[in-house]
Amino acid sequence: MKVVLVPVAEVSSRENRMDSWRTQKPAIDYSTCIRCMICWKFCPDNAIMYSDDGGYQFPNERLSKLEAPVIDYEHCKGCGICANECPEGSITMEMEGGE
Amino acid sequence: MIRTLQKYNAIMTGNEAVAMGAKLARVRFISAYPITPQTTIVEKLAEMIANRELDARYVEVESEHSAMAATMASELTGTRSYTATSSHGLLYMHEMLHWVAGQRLPVVMSVVNRAIGPPWNIWSDQTDTMNQKDTGWMQVYCESNQEALDTILMGYRIAEDRNVMLPLMTMEDAFVLSHTSEPVNVPEQKAVDDFLPELDLSYRIDVDRPMGYGSYSTPDGPFMELKKDMHDSMDRARKAIRSVTAEFATSFDRNYSGLIEEFLTEDADYVLIASGTLASTGKYVIQRLREKGYKVGLIRIRFFRPFPADEIRKAVKGTKGTGIIDRSISFGSGGNTFLEVSSSLYGTDNPPLYGFIAGLGGRDVKIEDFEEMFRIMEKKEPGQYWINIRRGD
Ligand code: SF4
Ligand code: SF4
Repeated sequence: MKVVLVPVAEVSSRENRMDSWRTQKPAIDYSTCIRCMICWKFCPDNAIMYSDDGGYQFPNERLSKLEAPVIDYEHCKGCGICANECPEGSITMEMEGGE
Repeated sequence: MIRTLQKYNAIMTGNEAVAMGAKLARVRFISAYPITPQTTIVEKLAEMIANRELDARYVEVESEHSAMAATMASELTGTRSYTATSSHGLLYMHEMLHWVAGQRLPVVMSVVNRAIGPPWNIWSDQTDTMNQKDTGWMQVYCESNQEALDTILMGYRIAEDRNVMLPLMTMEDAFVLSHTSEPVNVPEQKAVDDFLPELDLSYRIDVDRPMGYGSYSTPDGPFMELKKDMHDSMDRARKAIRSVTAEFATSFDRNYSGLIEEFLTEDADYVLIASGTLASTGKYVIQRLREKGYKVGLIRIRFFRPFPADEIRKAVKGTKGTGIIDRSISFGSGGNTFLEVSSSLYGTDNPPLYGFIAGLGGRDVKIEDFEEMFRIMEKKEPGQYWINIRRGD
Protein backbone atom coordinates (compact mmCIF):
# COMPACT_ATOMS: atom_id res chain seq x y z
CA MET A 1 0.00 0.00 0.00
CA LYS A 2 1.23 3.45 -0.93
CA VAL A 3 2.00 5.59 2.10
CA VAL A 4 3.49 9.03 2.49
CA LEU A 5 7.05 10.02 3.39
CA VAL A 6 7.27 11.39 6.91
CA PRO A 7 10.25 13.32 8.33
CA VAL A 8 10.97 11.30 11.45
CA ALA A 9 14.43 10.11 12.40
CA GLU A 10 14.71 6.46 13.34
CA VAL A 11 18.36 6.80 14.30
CA SER A 12 19.54 8.88 17.23
CA SER A 13 20.72 12.41 16.49
CA ARG A 14 24.00 11.27 18.07
CA GLU A 15 24.68 9.71 14.69
CA ASN A 16 24.98 13.22 13.28
CA ARG A 17 28.67 14.07 13.49
CA MET A 18 29.71 17.72 13.74
CA ASP A 19 33.46 17.37 13.36
CA SER A 20 33.39 18.39 9.70
CA TRP A 21 31.93 21.76 10.71
CA ARG A 22 35.10 22.77 12.59
CA THR A 23 37.84 25.08 11.43
CA GLN A 24 39.22 25.35 14.95
CA LYS A 25 39.46 22.75 17.64
CA PRO A 26 39.36 23.34 21.43
CA ALA A 27 42.22 21.86 23.44
CA ILE A 28 42.19 21.72 27.24
CA ASP A 29 45.35 22.34 29.22
CA TYR A 30 44.68 20.03 32.19
CA SER A 31 47.64 21.39 34.13
CA THR A 32 45.72 24.66 34.71
CA CYS A 33 42.10 23.38 34.56
CA ILE A 34 40.40 23.76 37.95
CA ARG A 35 37.52 21.31 37.12
CA CYS A 36 34.87 24.02 37.56
CA MET A 37 32.94 22.48 34.61
CA ILE A 38 31.78 25.84 33.34
CA CYS A 39 32.80 24.66 29.84
CA TRP A 40 30.53 21.61 30.26
CA LYS A 41 27.63 23.82 31.21
CA PHE A 42 28.08 26.24 28.32
CA CYS A 43 28.77 23.83 25.46
CA PRO A 44 25.70 24.17 23.19
CA ASP A 45 26.17 20.68 21.75
CA ASN A 46 26.75 18.66 24.92
CA ALA A 47 30.13 17.83 23.45
CA ILE A 48 31.93 18.04 26.79
CA MET A 49 31.72 15.03 29.06
CA TYR A 50 32.74 14.26 32.64
CA SER A 51 35.51 11.73 33.03
CA ASP A 52 36.73 10.03 36.19
CA ASP A 53 39.25 7.94 34.26
CA GLY A 54 42.12 9.77 35.88
CA GLY A 55 45.19 10.04 33.74
CA TYR A 56 44.79 13.76 33.23
CA GLN A 57 47.18 16.35 34.54
CA PHE A 58 46.00 18.61 37.34
CA PRO A 59 47.12 21.89 38.96
CA ASN A 60 47.24 20.41 42.51
CA GLU A 61 46.60 17.17 44.46
CA ARG A 62 43.19 18.22 45.76
CA LEU A 63 41.86 18.75 42.24
CA SER A 64 43.19 15.35 41.12
CA LYS A 65 40.23 13.72 42.91
CA LEU A 66 37.64 15.60 40.81
CA GLU A 67 36.27 14.50 37.46
CA ALA A 68 37.80 16.18 34.44
CA PRO A 69 36.11 17.72 31.38
CA VAL A 70 36.72 15.74 28.18
CA ILE A 71 35.78 16.96 24.72
CA ASP A 72 33.88 14.61 22.44
CA TYR A 73 35.46 15.60 19.14
CA GLU A 74 32.81 13.80 17.06
CA HIS A 75 30.18 16.24 18.29
CA CYS A 76 32.22 19.37 18.97
CA LYS A 77 31.43 21.91 16.24
CA GLY A 78 34.30 24.22 17.09
CA CYS A 79 32.24 27.23 18.15
CA GLY A 80 34.77 28.29 20.78
CA ILE A 81 32.21 29.08 23.49
CA CYS A 82 34.02 26.82 25.97
CA ALA A 83 37.31 28.65 25.37
CA ASN A 84 35.55 31.97 25.80
CA GLU A 85 33.89 30.96 29.06
CA CYS A 86 36.76 29.13 30.77
CA PRO A 87 37.73 31.31 33.80
CA GLU A 88 41.30 29.96 33.81
CA GLY A 89 42.03 30.40 30.10
CA SER A 90 42.70 26.68 30.00
CA ILE A 91 41.08 26.09 26.62
CA THR A 92 42.73 27.25 23.42
CA MET A 93 41.32 27.04 19.93
CA GLU A 94 43.81 25.48 17.53
CA MET A 95 43.60 25.77 13.76
CA GLU A 96 42.54 22.49 12.22
CA GLY A 97 42.69 20.97 8.73
CA GLY A 98 43.87 22.67 5.53
CA GLU A 99 47.40 23.70 4.89
CA MET B 1 -38.39 21.71 -1.70
CA ILE B 2 -40.64 20.76 1.20
CA ARG B 3 -38.87 17.41 1.43
CA THR B 4 -35.51 19.21 1.72
CA LEU B 5 -36.78 21.64 4.33
CA GLN B 6 -37.95 18.80 6.56
CA LYS B 7 -34.39 17.53 6.75
CA TYR B 8 -33.20 20.61 8.61
CA ASN B 9 -33.15 20.13 12.35
CA ALA B 10 -31.34 23.27 13.55
CA ILE B 11 -30.83 26.93 12.84
CA MET B 12 -27.26 28.03 13.40
CA THR B 13 -24.63 30.53 12.35
CA GLY B 14 -21.65 29.37 10.30
CA ASN B 15 -19.47 29.53 13.40
CA GLU B 16 -21.91 27.41 15.42
CA ALA B 17 -22.05 24.98 12.51
CA VAL B 18 -18.27 24.46 12.36
CA ALA B 19 -18.11 24.10 16.15
CA MET B 20 -20.79 21.42 15.81
CA GLY B 21 -18.73 19.83 13.02
CA ALA B 22 -15.67 19.67 15.28
CA LYS B 23 -17.75 18.16 18.07
CA LEU B 24 -19.24 15.52 15.77
CA ALA B 25 -15.74 14.73 14.48
CA ARG B 26 -14.88 13.97 18.12
CA VAL B 27 -11.86 16.27 18.26
CA ARG B 28 -9.96 15.57 21.46
CA PHE B 29 -7.78 18.67 21.58
CA ILE B 30 -8.44 22.33 20.80
CA SER B 31 -6.03 25.21 21.16
CA ALA B 32 -6.91 28.65 19.85
CA TYR B 33 -6.53 32.38 20.29
CA PRO B 34 -9.63 34.52 19.76
CA ILE B 35 -9.90 36.90 16.80
CA THR B 36 -12.97 38.49 15.24
CA PRO B 37 -14.84 36.93 13.40
CA GLN B 38 -13.56 33.48 14.50
CA THR B 39 -14.14 34.01 18.24
CA THR B 40 -17.60 32.49 18.49
CA ILE B 41 -16.31 29.16 17.09
CA VAL B 42 -13.91 28.57 19.95
CA GLU B 43 -16.27 30.14 22.49
CA LYS B 44 -18.88 27.60 21.47
CA LEU B 45 -16.40 24.73 21.74
CA ALA B 46 -15.18 25.95 25.14
CA GLU B 47 -18.83 26.02 26.26
CA MET B 48 -19.40 22.46 25.00
CA ILE B 49 -16.37 21.28 26.96
CA ALA B 50 -17.44 23.16 30.10
CA ASN B 51 -20.91 21.58 29.83
CA ARG B 52 -19.34 18.13 29.34
CA GLU B 53 -20.99 17.76 25.94
CA LEU B 54 -17.56 17.37 24.35
CA ASP B 55 -14.77 15.29 25.82
CA ALA B 56 -11.76 17.34 24.78
CA ARG B 57 -8.90 19.33 26.24
CA TYR B 58 -9.02 23.09 25.59
CA VAL B 59 -5.71 24.90 25.86
CA GLU B 60 -5.62 28.68 25.98
CA VAL B 61 -2.49 30.25 24.55
CA GLU B 62 -1.04 33.72 24.10
CA SER B 63 -0.92 33.79 20.30
CA GLU B 64 -1.91 32.02 17.11
CA HIS B 65 1.68 30.87 16.58
CA SER B 66 1.44 29.07 19.91
CA ALA B 67 -2.06 27.80 19.13
CA MET B 68 -0.75 26.02 16.05
CA ALA B 69 2.36 24.83 17.90
CA ALA B 70 0.16 23.29 20.62
CA THR B 71 -2.14 21.77 18.00
CA MET B 72 0.87 20.28 16.24
CA ALA B 73 2.23 18.77 19.45
CA SER B 74 -1.11 17.26 20.32
CA GLU B 75 -1.70 15.84 16.83
CA LEU B 76 1.78 14.29 17.00
CA THR B 77 0.60 12.11 19.87
CA GLY B 78 -2.10 10.70 17.60
CA THR B 79 -4.90 12.83 19.07
CA ARG B 80 -7.39 14.36 16.63
CA SER B 81 -6.78 18.10 17.05
CA TYR B 82 -8.50 21.25 15.89
CA THR B 83 -8.04 25.00 15.86
CA ALA B 84 -9.64 28.02 14.22
CA THR B 85 -8.46 31.49 13.29
CA SER B 86 -8.84 34.39 10.90
CA SER B 87 -6.99 37.19 9.15
CA HIS B 88 -3.95 38.54 11.05
CA GLY B 89 -4.12 35.53 13.35
CA LEU B 90 -3.66 33.23 10.38
CA LEU B 91 -0.69 35.26 9.15
CA TYR B 92 0.86 34.96 12.59
CA MET B 93 0.52 31.16 12.27
CA HIS B 94 2.26 31.09 8.90
CA GLU B 95 5.51 29.48 10.02
CA MET B 96 3.72 26.77 12.01
CA LEU B 97 1.49 25.97 9.01
CA HIS B 98 4.62 24.81 7.17
CA TRP B 99 5.70 22.75 10.18
CA VAL B 100 2.36 20.97 10.53
CA ALA B 101 2.14 20.18 6.82
CA GLY B 102 5.82 19.22 6.58
CA GLN B 103 5.46 16.88 9.55
CA ARG B 104 2.48 15.32 7.70
CA LEU B 105 -0.06 15.95 10.43
CA PRO B 106 -3.73 15.74 9.37
CA VAL B 107 -4.96 18.70 11.42
CA VAL B 108 -8.20 20.38 10.35
CA MET B 109 -8.58 24.11 10.96
CA SER B 110 -11.45 26.50 10.37
CA VAL B 111 -10.58 29.90 8.95
CA VAL B 112 -13.02 32.78 8.72
CA ASN B 113 -11.89 34.82 5.71
CA ARG B 114 -11.25 38.39 6.81
CA ALA B 115 -9.29 41.28 5.29
CA ILE B 116 -5.68 42.10 6.16
CA GLY B 117 -4.83 45.67 7.22
CA PRO B 118 -3.97 48.41 6.91
CA PRO B 119 -6.44 49.94 7.29
CA TRP B 120 -7.99 47.69 9.94
CA ASN B 121 -10.96 45.89 8.47
CA ILE B 122 -12.87 42.91 9.86
CA TRP B 123 -14.94 42.10 6.78
CA SER B 124 -14.86 39.39 4.15
CA ASP B 125 -11.75 39.08 1.96
CA GLN B 126 -9.67 36.05 0.95
CA THR B 127 -6.20 37.62 1.20
CA ASP B 128 -5.52 35.85 4.52
CA THR B 129 -5.90 32.32 3.13
CA MET B 130 -4.53 33.10 -0.34
CA ASN B 131 -1.32 34.03 1.48
CA GLN B 132 -1.19 30.43 2.81
CA LYS B 133 -1.68 28.57 -0.46
CA ASP B 134 1.97 27.45 -0.58
CA THR B 135 2.14 25.96 2.92
CA GLY B 136 1.13 22.40 2.03
CA TRP B 137 -2.37 22.71 3.52
CA MET B 138 -5.41 21.69 1.52
CA GLN B 139 -7.82 24.59 1.20
CA VAL B 140 -11.61 24.46 0.90
CA TYR B 141 -13.93 27.44 0.44
CA CYS B 142 -17.49 26.88 1.72
CA GLU B 143 -20.67 28.46 0.46
CA SER B 144 -23.19 27.65 3.19
CA ASN B 145 -23.30 26.88 6.90
CA GLN B 146 -24.27 23.32 6.06
CA GLU B 147 -21.23 22.93 3.84
CA ALA B 148 -19.05 24.47 6.58
CA LEU B 149 -20.21 21.79 9.04
CA ASP B 150 -19.97 18.93 6.54
CA THR B 151 -16.50 19.99 5.39
CA ILE B 152 -15.08 19.45 8.89
CA LEU B 153 -16.27 15.82 8.72
CA MET B 154 -15.09 15.24 5.15
CA GLY B 155 -11.94 17.24 5.93
CA TYR B 156 -10.69 14.86 8.63
CA ARG B 157 -11.42 11.86 6.40
CA ILE B 158 -9.47 13.35 3.49
CA ALA B 159 -6.60 14.67 5.63
CA GLU B 160 -6.23 11.36 7.48
CA ASP B 161 -6.29 9.28 4.29
CA ARG B 162 -3.09 7.18 4.36
CA ASN B 163 -2.16 8.38 0.89
CA VAL B 164 -2.69 12.05 1.74
CA MET B 165 -1.67 12.87 5.34
CA LEU B 166 -1.77 16.62 4.88
CA PRO B 167 -3.62 19.22 6.96
CA LEU B 168 -6.73 20.95 5.68
CA MET B 169 -8.13 24.44 6.25
CA THR B 170 -11.78 25.09 5.58
CA MET B 171 -13.08 28.61 5.00
CA GLU B 172 -16.19 30.63 5.73
CA ASP B 173 -16.71 34.23 4.59
CA ALA B 174 -16.62 36.69 7.49
CA PHE B 175 -20.11 37.55 8.79
CA VAL B 176 -21.87 36.45 5.58
CA LEU B 177 -21.51 32.90 6.86
CA SER B 178 -19.76 33.16 10.23
CA HIS B 179 -22.44 35.29 11.90
CA THR B 180 -25.51 34.63 9.75
CA SER B 181 -28.03 31.98 10.78
CA GLU B 182 -29.22 29.38 8.29
CA PRO B 183 -31.17 26.15 8.57
CA VAL B 184 -28.74 23.25 8.94
CA ASN B 185 -29.02 19.50 9.18
CA VAL B 186 -26.95 18.27 12.11
CA PRO B 187 -26.20 14.62 11.42
CA GLU B 188 -26.53 11.88 14.03
CA GLN B 189 -23.35 11.13 15.99
CA LYS B 190 -23.69 7.44 15.11
CA ALA B 191 -23.70 8.20 11.38
CA VAL B 192 -20.64 10.44 11.76
CA ASP B 193 -18.82 7.75 13.76
CA ASP B 194 -19.50 5.25 10.97
CA PHE B 195 -18.20 7.71 8.39
CA LEU B 196 -15.17 8.95 10.34
CA PRO B 197 -13.20 6.28 12.21
CA GLU B 198 -10.77 7.15 15.01
CA LEU B 199 -7.39 8.56 14.03
CA ASP B 200 -4.59 6.01 13.92
CA LEU B 201 -1.37 7.93 13.36
CA SER B 202 1.31 5.35 12.62
CA TYR B 203 4.21 7.74 13.30
CA ARG B 204 2.85 9.23 16.50
CA ILE B 205 5.10 9.96 19.45
CA ASP B 206 5.44 6.69 21.32
CA VAL B 207 7.78 6.20 24.27
CA ASP B 208 8.19 2.55 23.39
CA ARG B 209 9.34 3.45 19.91
CA PRO B 210 11.44 6.63 20.21
CA MET B 211 11.97 8.66 17.04
CA GLY B 212 13.36 12.08 16.27
CA TYR B 213 10.83 14.75 15.29
CA GLY B 214 11.90 18.04 13.77
CA SER B 215 15.31 16.62 12.96
CA TYR B 216 17.57 18.13 10.40
CA SER B 217 18.56 17.19 6.87
CA THR B 218 21.64 18.06 4.86
CA PRO B 219 21.30 18.89 1.13
CA ASP B 220 22.13 15.24 0.39
CA GLY B 221 19.57 14.03 2.93
CA PRO B 222 15.90 13.34 2.16
CA PHE B 223 14.83 17.02 2.17
CA MET B 224 13.96 17.32 -1.50
CA GLU B 225 12.27 13.90 -1.63
CA LEU B 226 10.07 14.85 1.35
CA LYS B 227 8.95 18.03 -0.43
CA LYS B 228 8.22 16.13 -3.63
CA ASP B 229 6.16 13.65 -1.64
CA MET B 230 4.04 16.50 -0.26
CA HIS B 231 3.36 17.64 -3.82
CA ASP B 232 2.60 14.08 -4.95
CA SER B 233 0.31 13.64 -1.95
CA MET B 234 -1.64 16.73 -3.03
CA ASP B 235 -2.13 14.92 -6.34
CA ARG B 236 -3.28 11.77 -4.56
CA ALA B 237 -5.60 13.96 -2.46
CA ARG B 238 -7.66 14.71 -5.59
CA LYS B 239 -8.70 11.06 -5.71
CA ALA B 240 -9.40 10.98 -1.98
CA ILE B 241 -11.49 14.15 -2.24
CA ARG B 242 -13.63 12.67 -5.01
CA SER B 243 -14.18 9.35 -3.23
CA VAL B 244 -14.79 10.85 0.23
CA THR B 245 -17.24 13.39 -1.23
CA ALA B 246 -19.09 10.57 -3.01
CA GLU B 247 -19.18 8.44 0.14
CA PHE B 248 -20.46 11.44 2.10
CA ALA B 249 -23.24 11.90 -0.43
CA THR B 250 -24.28 8.25 0.02
CA SER B 251 -24.19 8.40 3.80
CA PHE B 252 -25.70 11.86 4.36
CA ASP B 253 -27.59 12.62 1.15
CA ARG B 254 -25.68 15.85 0.48
CA ASN B 255 -23.53 15.91 -2.63
CA TYR B 256 -20.68 18.42 -2.87
CA SER B 257 -19.54 16.94 -6.19
CA GLY B 258 -15.76 17.01 -5.61
CA LEU B 259 -13.19 19.77 -6.10
CA ILE B 260 -15.54 22.12 -7.95
CA GLU B 261 -19.27 22.58 -8.30
CA GLU B 262 -20.66 23.34 -11.74
CA PHE B 263 -23.82 25.41 -12.12
CA LEU B 264 -25.49 25.52 -15.58
CA THR B 265 -22.12 25.27 -17.36
CA GLU B 266 -23.17 22.52 -19.78
CA ASP B 267 -24.18 24.74 -22.72
CA ALA B 268 -22.88 28.08 -21.38
CA ASP B 269 -21.27 30.67 -23.66
CA TYR B 270 -19.94 32.65 -20.70
CA VAL B 271 -18.81 31.17 -17.43
CA LEU B 272 -17.85 32.81 -14.15
CA ILE B 273 -15.48 31.17 -11.70
CA ALA B 274 -15.98 32.13 -8.05
CA SER B 275 -15.56 30.74 -4.55
CA GLY B 276 -17.28 31.19 -1.20
CA THR B 277 -20.51 33.12 -0.91
CA LEU B 278 -19.83 35.22 -4.00
CA ALA B 279 -20.78 32.07 -5.89
CA SER B 280 -24.27 32.19 -4.31
CA THR B 281 -24.97 35.69 -5.61
CA GLY B 282 -23.46 34.60 -8.92
CA LYS B 283 -25.87 31.67 -9.21
CA TYR B 284 -28.81 33.95 -8.49
CA VAL B 285 -27.76 36.40 -11.21
CA ILE B 286 -27.15 33.55 -13.63
CA GLN B 287 -30.67 32.20 -13.08
CA ARG B 288 -32.10 35.65 -13.85
CA LEU B 289 -29.98 36.00 -16.97
CA ARG B 290 -30.98 32.50 -18.10
CA GLU B 291 -34.64 33.55 -17.85
CA LYS B 292 -33.79 36.36 -20.27
CA GLY B 293 -32.21 33.84 -22.64
CA TYR B 294 -28.50 34.33 -21.90
CA LYS B 295 -26.44 31.14 -21.88
CA VAL B 296 -24.38 31.70 -18.76
CA GLY B 297 -23.03 29.45 -16.02
CA LEU B 298 -20.80 29.32 -12.98
CA ILE B 299 -18.01 27.18 -11.57
CA ARG B 300 -17.63 27.29 -7.83
CA ILE B 301 -14.14 26.42 -6.69
CA ARG B 302 -14.39 24.39 -3.48
CA PHE B 303 -10.80 23.19 -3.31
CA PHE B 304 -8.13 25.76 -4.07
CA ARG B 305 -5.44 23.29 -2.91
CA PRO B 306 -5.08 20.88 -4.53
CA PHE B 307 -6.06 23.13 -7.43
CA PRO B 308 -8.81 21.66 -9.67
CA ALA B 309 -6.93 22.27 -12.94
CA ASP B 310 -8.39 19.28 -14.84
CA GLU B 311 -11.95 20.03 -13.76
CA ILE B 312 -11.68 23.67 -14.82
CA ARG B 313 -10.04 22.81 -18.13
CA LYS B 314 -12.99 20.54 -18.97
CA ALA B 315 -15.65 22.92 -17.71
CA VAL B 316 -14.54 26.06 -19.61
CA LYS B 317 -13.74 24.28 -22.86
CA GLY B 318 -15.61 25.86 -25.75
CA THR B 319 -16.91 28.90 -23.85
CA LYS B 320 -16.72 32.33 -25.52
CA GLY B 321 -15.37 33.87 -22.37
CA THR B 322 -14.44 32.81 -18.83
CA GLY B 323 -14.41 35.32 -16.00
CA ILE B 324 -12.57 34.69 -12.75
CA ILE B 325 -13.61 36.58 -9.62
CA ASP B 326 -11.00 37.21 -6.94
CA ARG B 327 -11.60 38.59 -3.49
CA SER B 328 -7.85 39.03 -3.07
CA ILE B 329 -4.96 40.27 -5.15
CA SER B 330 -1.30 39.44 -5.56
CA PHE B 331 0.04 42.96 -5.96
CA GLY B 332 2.08 43.36 -9.11
CA SER B 333 0.54 40.30 -10.75
CA GLY B 334 -3.22 39.90 -10.33
CA GLY B 335 -6.09 37.95 -8.81
CA ASN B 336 -4.83 34.69 -7.30
CA THR B 337 -7.55 32.49 -8.80
CA PHE B 338 -7.13 34.25 -12.15
CA LEU B 339 -3.42 33.37 -12.11
CA GLU B 340 -4.07 29.74 -11.20
CA VAL B 341 -6.78 29.33 -13.82
CA SER B 342 -4.58 30.97 -16.47
CA SER B 343 -1.70 28.63 -15.80
CA SER B 344 -4.05 25.60 -15.72
CA LEU B 345 -5.22 26.51 -19.22
CA TYR B 346 -1.79 27.28 -20.64
CA GLY B 347 -1.09 25.33 -23.80
CA THR B 348 -4.75 24.43 -24.33
CA ASP B 349 -7.20 25.95 -26.75
CA ASN B 350 -8.42 28.23 -23.96
CA PRO B 351 -11.26 30.74 -24.09
CA PRO B 352 -10.58 34.48 -23.57
CA LEU B 353 -9.96 35.03 -19.85
CA TYR B 354 -11.18 37.95 -17.75
CA GLY B 355 -10.00 38.61 -14.20
CA PHE B 356 -12.34 40.49 -11.88
CA ILE B 357 -11.07 41.92 -8.60
CA ALA B 358 -14.13 42.45 -6.43
CA GLY B 359 -15.32 42.72 -2.85
CA LEU B 360 -11.99 43.51 -1.17
CA GLY B 361 -12.34 44.47 2.50
CA GLY B 362 -15.93 43.23 2.47
CA ARG B 363 -17.21 45.65 -0.19
CA ASP B 364 -20.58 44.27 -1.26
CA VAL B 365 -20.59 42.50 -4.62
CA LYS B 366 -24.06 43.24 -5.89
CA ILE B 367 -26.28 41.86 -8.61
CA GLU B 368 -25.33 44.84 -10.82
CA ASP B 369 -21.66 43.98 -10.34
CA PHE B 370 -22.18 40.46 -11.67
CA GLU B 371 -24.16 41.83 -14.62
CA GLU B 372 -21.26 44.20 -15.26
CA MET B 373 -18.85 41.25 -15.37
CA PHE B 374 -20.95 39.51 -18.02
CA ARG B 375 -21.12 42.80 -20.00
CA ILE B 376 -17.32 43.11 -19.88
CA MET B 377 -16.90 39.54 -21.11
CA GLU B 378 -19.27 40.20 -24.00
CA LYS B 379 -17.89 43.57 -25.06
CA LYS B 380 -14.36 44.14 -23.85
CA GLU B 381 -10.88 42.79 -24.43
CA PRO B 382 -9.65 39.94 -22.21
CA GLY B 383 -7.67 41.20 -19.21
CA GLN B 384 -8.04 42.12 -15.57
CA TYR B 385 -10.74 44.49 -14.35
CA TRP B 386 -11.60 46.08 -10.99
CA ILE B 387 -15.31 45.85 -10.21
CA ASN B 388 -17.17 48.63 -8.40
CA ILE B 389 -14.03 50.68 -7.80
CA ARG B 390 -14.49 54.37 -7.11
CA ARG B 391 -12.49 56.72 -9.30
CA GLY B 392 -10.56 59.62 -7.88
CA ASP B 393 -10.43 58.37 -4.26
S1 SF4 C 1 34.12 24.43 20.84
FE1 SF4 C 1 31.90 24.69 21.16
S2 SF4 C 1 31.06 22.69 20.61
FE2 SF4 C 1 33.25 22.37 20.92
S3 SF4 C 1 33.42 21.74 23.02
FE3 SF4 C 1 33.74 23.96 22.98
S4 SF4 C 1 31.70 24.79 23.37
FE4 SF4 C 1 31.39 22.64 22.80
S1 SF4 D 1 35.92 25.85 32.21
FE1 SF4 D 1 38.15 25.75 32.03
S2 SF4 D 1 38.83 25.46 34.14
FE2 SF4 D 1 36.65 25.04 34.14
S3 SF4 D 1 36.55 22.81 33.83
FE3 SF4 D 1 36.40 23.75 31.78
S4 SF4 D 1 38.54 23.78 31.06
FE4 SF4 D 1 38.60 23.45 33.25
